[in-house]
Amino acid sequence: MTPLVRIQREDFDIGSEIAALTRGNPNIGAVVSFAGLCRDESGRLAALELEHYPGMAETEIARVAAEAAARWPLSGLVAIHRFGLIKPGEQIVLVIATSSHRREAFEAADFLMDYLKTRAPFWKREHLADGTLGGWVEAKTDDDDSARRWETNR
Amino acid sequence: MNKAATEPAGLRLVYFAWVRERIGLTDETVTPPAGTTTIAELVRWLKTRGEGYELAFENEAIVRAAIDQTHAKPATSIAGAREIAFFPPMTGG
Repeated sequence: MTPLVRIQREDFDIGSEIAALTRGNPNIGAVVSFAGLCRDESGRLAALELEHYPGMAETEIARVAAEAAARWPLSGLVAIHRFGLIKPGEQIVLVIATSSHRREAFEAADFLMDYLKTRAPFWKREHLADGTLGGWVEAKTDDDDSARRWETNR
Repeated sequence: MNKAATEPAGLRLVYFAWVRERIGLTDETVTPPAGTTTIAELVRWLKTRGEGYELAFENEAIVRAAIDQTHAKPATSIAGAREIAFFPPMTGG
């Protein structure tokens, strides 16, 4: 199973992605999807601007996805990450994992998101509701802690 | 074989997010002085190149690096590198 990784400016459709992943595979018993959306932080933000390192963004997410595929018995794995200007309510990232049983799919999707946040070269910048350019979003230490869980839970 | 002919003309550096803004460049090709063998040594040399670089690397422990699009540590050797990237901790997802 080769994970599907896409880095794109355009939006994605969760339903179509799930349909493409499950079509023609009657052995799938579990589909877990996670979508990350842009928040307005209680009205403070007009948008988030996602900068990325083309090339490395793909290879780094593919590397993490391959680790997930090696660690859990999955039948399918998709990771899509957008870049560019994304408004509140719009989708930023999508992870879908499919497997025979739910536990593997849940864990693989969780693992992929945790490592994607700490290893994929993307940076968020705030655009404020008053029309001015805000600062760069700072990395959270709890994201590192979240990713580290997978080192001890082997 | 002539050694010089096999060596790249220079090292391509690429910068992202606030590292890019502080340095004021998206990318550049440089020739670090002989004896620059690790990421940490490259950073030390870059910091001598102007205020923007000094500001970008004022907290060296924070800035991340990648060699040919693979994450690297300060002690990682830059021998044979074609492209080295510097960027803040990642905030995707």
